[in-house]
Amino acid sequence: MKYAWYPGCSAEGNSFAYDETSRMIAEALGIEFQEIDDWNCCGATEYFSVNQLPAYALVARNLALINAEETPQVIAPCSACYINLKKTDEKMAKYEQLNTEVNVALAAGNLSYEPGAVKSRHFLDVVCNDVGYEAVKEKMTQSLAGLTLVPYYGCYMGRPEDNFDHPERPQTMDTLLKTLGADVPDYSLKTICCGGHMTQLSAEASLRILRHLLEGANQLNADAMVVGCPMCQLNLDAYQKDVNSAYKTNYQIPIVYFSQVMGLAFGMDPETLMFERGIVSSKAMLEKWLTAEPASKKRRRREKRDKNALPMPKQLES
Amino acid sequence: MTLEPNSVYEKIITELPDGEKLKSCLQCGNCTGSCPSATDMDYAPRGLFALIAAGQDEKVLRANTFWYCVSCYQCTVRCPQEIPITDIMYHLKHQAIEKGLYTTDAKDFSGTFIGMVEHFGRSFELGLAAGFHLLHHPLESVKMAPMALGMMSRGRLKLLPKRIKNMGQLRAILDKAKEIGA
Repeated sequence: MKYAWYPGCSAEGNSFAYDETSRMIAEALGIEFQEIDDWNCCGATEYFSVNQLPAYALVARNLALINAEETPQVIAPCSACYINLKKTDEKMAKYEQLNTEVNVALAAGNLSYEPGAVKSRHFLDVVCNDVGYEAVKEKMTQSLAGLTLVPYYGCYMGRPEDNFDHPERPQTMDTLLKTLGADVPDYSLKTICCGGHMTQLSAEASLRILRHLLEGANQLNADAMVVGCPMCQLNLDAYQKDVNSAYKTNYQIPIVYFSQVMGLAFGMDPETLMFERGIVSSKAMLEKWLTAEPASKKRRRREKRDKNALPMPKQLES
Repeated sequence: MTLEPNSVYEKIITELPDGEKLKSCLQCGNCTGSCPSATDMDYAPRGLFALIAAGQDEKVLRANTFWYCVSCYQCTVRCPQEIPITDIMYHLKHQAIEKGLYTTDAKDFSGTFIGMVEHFGRSFELGLAAGFHLLHHPLESVKMAPMALGMMSRGRLKLLPKRIKNMGQLRAILDKAKEIGA
């Protein structure tokens, strides 16, 4: 399986751990990457909201730089990058005038892009739906049993339309984390927005949103919240301290990437998985996992019940 | 009802793909109920749509509503009339800039971001936060220091961005797009 890889600007700074561990996971699962040469920023939500045509042209340059014959699919680990690549491709296919105008702009840089040539995928989608849960299970050397991991999807894995998961009740990450053996509670806030760039515009508004999300996870006794987007990670992690001082709370919930916890289950050294890059320490979570070994054994034994044992009494029908 | 030419309402309907769906707004309030920033808005989405229909253009374009939109699409997926609400919010930002009617500094944040992308081809958090806050809230920026240090000590904040190799090509594309879009 070979894909084009669009790291996104966060990968070079804020979400370095996500980029690095994603590459490790991909290698373990046999996913081959070809990073787009000289890719540029996707414009996040800012560019699109102010100036539409240059925003589409900005994203389209990335699609045009991909050799579609060699790699007809591009993976973005960041949800915002994923949605911008996908949106540009789909809108160009749907609106003829937009397609023409974007291509006139691209031609000024000696490039062209035919809509539909490259399909945009989120890394989580590729891991769960192309590689599949069975293949993930095969690569596992350790169970994550004993850890309560709360999956948080944010906005763009299921919205606005035809994305890889449901807009309100996504399941991909839930199933993945369950496959890894973790306890996965039903987190009702899993698709509520983290506030995006609101942290830069209104501290009051963004901290209120973040507190809501953290309180929900805290009530489920989360050992960690698991994310697949650098923006979600940054907001929940770097501003957790500010939430605590604004609301007199004491949340200490590490915000980790799904690629990092997959690495744990694949037997990779926790030190190479860059948990220390989080502002909120993951130490307590890792220690809990390391000492949770007996529980996981107990769980496995319960699953392997003797087939010849007497059946459990059935409930009487009234 | 008849549409005033050049009104906010008419511009949404004629310029935005699927914008005409705004005519079918039921004022049900699903959008407001779904909006994570509604409590901080001058008018929550449902109220804003009522103002648009009533032709209160200046009130609409001076509102902070669309600048506080976080682009989460929760309203869009829940709207029973399939109105592209998030896209309408984008369009309103565009209209407010066009008419010079905006009262929040969110526009400057977007401007800082876009300037950085047009200069380097990539964005970097420190340049974004520093550029925006030093220009617009010099006193506030001091408060950001502990967080920035925490990020920097973990290797998550760069001092300098990486400029893409073929910046000339990207500029040519963006200039052409602006020329056509104008």
